[in-house]
Order: sequence, then C-alpha cells, then structure tokens
Amino acid sequence: MLRRLHKNQPDSFAFTEANLAWAEKQIAKYPEGRAASAIIPLLWRAQEQEGWLSRPAIETVCEMLGLANIRGMEVATFYFMFQLHPVGDIAHIQVCGTTSCMICGAEDLMAVCKQKIAANAHERSPDGKLSWEEVECLGACSNAPMAQIGKDYYEDLTAESFAQIIDELYAGKVPVPGSRNGRFASEPKSGLTSLTEHGENRQAANMSVTLATEKGDSIARITEG
Amino acid sequence: MLTDQDRIFTNIYGMADRSLKGAQSRGAWDGTADIIGKGRDWIINEVKASGLRGRGGAGFPTGLKWSFMPKESDGRPSYLVVNADESEPGTCKDREIMRHDPHLFIEGCLIASFAMNANTCYIYIRGEYIREREAMQIAIDEAYDAGLLGKNACGSGWDMDIYLHHGAGAYICGEETALLESLEGRKGMPRLKPPFPANTGLYGAPTTVNNVESIAVVPTILRRGGAWFAGFGRENNAGTKLFAISGHVENPCVVEEAMSIPLQELLEKHCGGVRGGWKNLKTVIPGGSSVRCLPHTICDEAIMDFDWLRGQGSGLGTAAVIVMDQSTDVIKAIWRLSKFYKHESCGQCTPCREGTGWMMRVMDRLVTGDAEVEEIDMLLDVTKQVEGHTICALGDAAAWPIQGLIQHYRDEIEDRIKHKRTGRVSAVAAE
Repeated sequence: MLRRLHKNQPDSFAFTEANLAWAEKQIAKYPEGRAASAIIPLLWRAQEQEGWLSRPAIETVCEMLGLANIRGMEVATFYFMFQLHPVGDIAHIQVCGTTSCMICGAEDLMAVCKQKIAANAHERSPDGKLSWEEVECLGACSNAPMAQIGKDYYEDLTAESFAQIIDELYAGKVPVPGSRNGRFASEPKSGLTSLTEHGENRQAANMSVTLATEKGDSIARITEG
Repeated sequence: MLTDQDRIFTNIYGMADRSLKGAQSRGAWDGTADIIGKGRDWIINEVKASGLRGRGGAGFPTGLKWSFMPKESDGRPSYLVVNADESEPGTCKDREIMRHDPHLFIEGCLIASFAMNANTCYIYIRGEYIREREAMQIAIDEAYDAGLLGKNACGSGWDMDIYLHHGAGAYICGEETALLESLEGRKGMPRLKPPFPANTGLYGAPTTVNNVESIAVVPTILRRGGAWFAGFGRENNAGTKLFAISGHVENPCVVEEAMSIPLQELLEKHCGGVRGGWKNLKTVIPGGSSVRCLPHTICDEAIMDFDWLRGQGSGLGTAAVIVMDQSTDVIKAIWRLSKFYKHESCGQCTPCREGTGWMMRVMDRLVTGDAEVEEIDMLLDVTKQVEGHTICALGDAAAWPIQGLIQHYRDEIEDRIKHKRTGRVSAVAAE
C-alpha cells in the first residue's frame, strides 16, 4: 500500500529531555552496533510526543541511530501504526473491521464514525478534535466489536455505547476502557465455565483497565519518561 | 472434561492477584532452579515427551525445534525470540497470557533460554498491545527485583536477560523471519530459508522463535511431567490449549480446554452454543483466518486438533474459532479476509503482492454478484498460482480461505451471480 509523507511538514523536531533519556535506555537493550533495532520504539515515541510522524522526526531518529534517512522512511511507511498525517487533536479512533468484528457489528461502528467525526477515514472532524480509521484485526476478537482509542481497547461495543464514548471524548472526558457489556475480560458473559473459584473476591478490573485508570494516560501525549 | 486442577493458565481472566506473589501462590516459579539443575537434555527430552506442538499456528513439535539449536557456541551468542505479535484474525489468546498470567510466560522464557544455551531473550509484542506491554514490563521488573531474572537467575547459576520489543502494526511480522528483520530495525519482509534461524537468525546468530503460549506452558509441563501433558488429546495432538471463540455464539470467550475436544462440545460448554441453536450454524473457521472454513455438515463431527482438521483440508492454526450463523453473508466474510491479506502483504513476492489484490477484486464482485460464473474457476486458478509460490506462507494463507469458500459454498456464489442477472434464485427443493 502506498503511504506518503504529509505535504505540510514542520520545520524541526526534538525529543523532550525525558523522552531523550527514555530513548537512550531503549537503545541499550540491543547489542553493541545494533542500535538500528531501536528504530520502531523511537519512531513510536516521537509519534506519541507529537501525535503523528513528520519528516523531521524520522530524520532525527535516524541521526540518533546512525542510519541513513531512507532507512527511517522505509520503516515509517511500512508499518501502519505510524500516522504520516496529522490526526485528531484529542484522539485518533481505530475501529477493528476484520471478519470477527465485522460479523459482530463493526460496520455499525464505522457508520457512527462517519456521522460523528468525518465522512472519510483519516479526515479530521470539523473542529479538529477527532479522526478515525478502519484497522485490521487488533487481537481482541472474543470481545468483538471493538476499537482502540489512544493506548486502550474499548470492547463489546454497540453503536449506542460507541457513540457515547465519542460524545464523551468531544466533551473532554476520557471514558473508562474495557468491555461495554459488563464482562470483566474475555470470560463468557453469562458466567464462568472454568476457573470458577475466581467468581468471588475478584480484582476491581482487568489488567488493561487497571493500568489505564491508574495512569490516566489513555489519550495523553507522552512527554515524560 | 478438563478440570480447573488440570488447567495451566489459572488466572487467564485476571480476576485473581496478578502480581508475582499471586502467581507464586498458584504455583509459578516453584522449583525453577531445580528444573534447570536437571540439565538441558532432560528439559528438551521432557518437552519432546509431552508431545507439545507449537501454539503459533504451524504446530511444529516444540522440543524438536529446540534440539536444532547448537549445543556448543562457536563464538556467537544464541537467542530466544518470543513471537508475541498476535495478529491472526480471530486470535486473542496470547494477550490474555501477557496481561493476566505473565509470570508463567516469563518463567518459561528462562527455562527455554537455558535449554537453548541463550542468555538473552527478546519478546516481540505487537505494537497495538500497549497495556499488555506495560503489564509484561511490570512482571519482568518484579522478577528481576526478586532475583528470578538477571545474573544467576533464580539461583540456577544461569544468567538471563529478557527485553521487550514492540512492532508497529504489521501482520507479516508474525512470520518468524519477518519478525527478525523487524527486530533488527528493518521492514518486516520474510527471509529466504535456508539458512534457518536456528543457524542464522537474529543478528546472524542461532535463534529460536517460539509463540507465547508454547513457552508459557513449559514450566507447568516440566513440573507435572511430560506424560501428564501427553495424557490430554488424541495421539500426536497432546495437551491443553487456549481456544479463542468469536462471532455468533451466545458467549464468545477465551478458554483453556483439552486438545481434541469436539467443536460442538467446546461451543456448548463454554459459549452457550451457537446463536439461535446448533441448527442455525452456517460455517466455522476453526483456526484463525488462514485456514479453510468448515460447513455445517462437517462441524457436526469436528474434533478440534491438528490432525483431524488437517484431514478436512482445514487446520487448527492458532485455535481461533470464528463462528458464523445462518444470517451471515459468508462470501462477504471471506472477502473481508481477502481485503486483510491484500492490506498485509509485504510486497516482496510478486504472486502475493499482485495476487492478493487481484483475488480481492474478484471477491468484491462475487459479493455483489457482478461477476461471470466462469470467474469462480478463474479465481480458484489464481489462488493455486499464489499458493506455494511465495517466500513465506502469507500467500498460502490468502489462498486457502477462498479455496474453502469455493469448495463449500460454490452454489451460493453462483446463485448470487444468477440472481443479479435474472432477479431469480435457482430452484430450491422444499424443506
């Protein structure tokens, strides 16, 4: 698939000090002379800082890793999580559209996006706050249909519950992620058929939801280490 | 019927304490140093004896794979790389291991690394699993703090470091050599084999790539004995397995069951059955998007293991069961998979790069009925030209769902084309 850089590029990019320190730690994970391995994590952090990936960001990362710019371009255009165009200021919503989600109602979710955000994927809403796209399988198929917003998965959605999530985002709130039909994680919704002793005294929420609520950074830009 | 006492993943829903302490109370990290003390050959032989076959889709015997690694270093280090790039449509089992039962997995990494003479393990997690990555890092940090990883890990005398690495949204990086390319900082384009990773893998060094579930079941197998694990399932299809069921069942879920469980029993016991009853079932994709679908008639007697499903021209794959009821447009459901493979083809091999797009465009027309009946055979012919003519198995994976569709639902495709032409469907015998 052809993916090009955005026509309007910023003049420069610089990691925040905290992110720079974080990047150094990433590079140290790999053997001497293998800094190139850190390219995906670093590009990702650049995107988390800015919201999308610009040419100066790609070039900065290449310089840090001692790579030719074309190597960064190859990676940035190959991997679909890199947003090469500006996305919504608050959040970019990724609706899973692959078969399991499709047969459980993902098309209804995309209709909500078209109505509430923008007619086409990758377009920003009129106020610039949100954008959306259909993505391929996000690996939460037993909780279909679902969407990723920022760092988090919103699962077992309906058009109504999804519309409500979008309304809350517009209103500046961050809805709690996780299942929308009362499930804890990926257990059968009618009750446990295995590991039944966990029916009582269970944790407050599953691990993903717990981390999201503890950190409160679902849709936050990352500027600290 | 599998009892909770025989389940390996005792906190797969994350309802119990997920910390190291909680995991230890359920048996993780128990006697790890003693297991390592029994030596490499004992571990590999026990894994072989358990009959464990890789849980990532191909079903290659895990113990045998480990035995391909060099016994003595020729100066190069050895690496264990764990494939946590779970992206096969329908598959959502490794996510549950990583966020809710991470310590079994980390302990497995230590034991497997020791068995393969590796002091370093990289875990490649798909980029979208951000909270799962955070959960894994928390668990790894806990293990380091408790002396279970690092120098003299667990008091075993073996030095072991685990690093998390992540991708950025490319299905192809679940192919082991594409994963290695990606881990080295390049586009995820599969490598030609040979040389195989056990000889020349990550950074040109001997490497074994294993699926998360394959690694995570190892500590329990070694604690309880290979024979215990081999006691589940039919011969050559041993063990327990995480099944991920999605689609038109009353209660979709991820659940650990004994291998070789009948499909109907799996769906009725854990998922509340097919929506609208068993008779309302239309088709099942039993092992993730890359295998051929099974029509209702075969589903009646289907047994969920590698060999039975292979005998039907399908496969167990990742044991991701996608269930579709009679309301489903099965042509469209398979078209969506064609769209997926077109999107995810890395573009390296011409038959796949061009063929996936070509197949999807014909499927577009089959969905609407705007095609000639002859195009069905033409499409089948193209799938045969893609299958087996590419470096990796993505070409095969793109071909098989379409072949399954044509094999089992040709009537439906033809009817749709005729209906578009004439406004009538062919005569159906009164039921």
